[in-house]
Amino acid sequence: MALKAAVLVFPGSNCDRDCKTAVETTVGGKVEMVWHEESTLPSGLDLIVIPGGFSYGDYLRCGAMASLSPVMQAVKAEAERGVSVLGICNGFQILCEAGMLPGALLRNAALKYVCKPIELKIENRNTRFTNAYGNAQTVWMTQGNGDGNFFAEPDVLKDIEDNNQVVFRYAENPNGSVNDIAGIINKAGNVLGMMPHPDRAFEDALGSADGAPLFQSIVNALQTA
Amino acid sequence: MKAKVHVYLKPGVLDVQGKAVEGALHGLGWDGVSNVRVGKLLEFDLDGSDQEAAKGELKAMCEKLLANTVIESYKVEVA
Repeated sequence: MALKAAVLVFPGSNCDRDCKTAVETTVGGKVEMVWHEESTLPSGLDLIVIPGGFSYGDYLRCGAMASLSPVMQAVKAEAERGVSVLGICNGFQILCEAGMLPGALLRNAALKYVCKPIELKIENRNTRFTNAYGNAQTVWMTQGNGDGNFFAEPDVLKDIEDNNQVVFRYAENPNGSVNDIAGIINKAGNVLGMMPHPDRAFEDALGSADGAPLFQSIVNALQTA
Repeated sequence: MKAKVHVYLKPGVLDVQGKAVEGALHGLGWDGVSNVRVGKLLEFDLDGSDQEAAKGELKAMCEKLLANTVIESYKVEVA
């Protein structure tokens, strides 16, 4: 049975088609694009992808406007039912703004837009997004953002670490993120937010195929559930 | 009524824009400048005449949208 996924589209999303292609190419998923004004999502979804880009022009704060859009209310409801939600880059910012993940993303410490391939350490391979990485210690994906500097207050950060919610860490911190954090999962384990792009690293022609196991992991988790 | 909402990064949250502006001011010779913080000022008109009630509304707006209280603090004014 093919994975059934929805990719959200906001005004200013620019990785929505990359995400669709990544899900289709890596796991043969069936993908529907869902406009931000929709207040309902297709039924029977296995995965909701919140793509990268500059939703609403990054006005006010990155992800702030998108987090209040009608479709995000539906996403929250689906997440509470246990559906997998993957927020990449701007998608991670939106999940934090929506309160679905702890912390926030600040301006990069060096004030520069960071756009390059990036090495990540897999910190937690027992998630529905990382079970297919086997014994791989590090993977390569790409980074492209100006506000990727993850921040959380010390008590929140301790909670994130104590609960093994850090899924990816930067091998070399490009942006000042606390504890080198590149991606975190919620306590329930079904919502992942990450700044690096698996959707830009899912086949060798893109420079790395290390993003592909992330999508395979979601399928694995469905099959063993 | 005229409303003003000031939003700043909380003390302790690194303000990289503030740091850059501070460096630029030092470069121009203003060596006495320190602790620059770059914030936002939102101004708008608000119906009604009860200033205390308006302040309550403005705080609710900040909590819901205008500030991200994980990283930002805010101050509201009504006149």
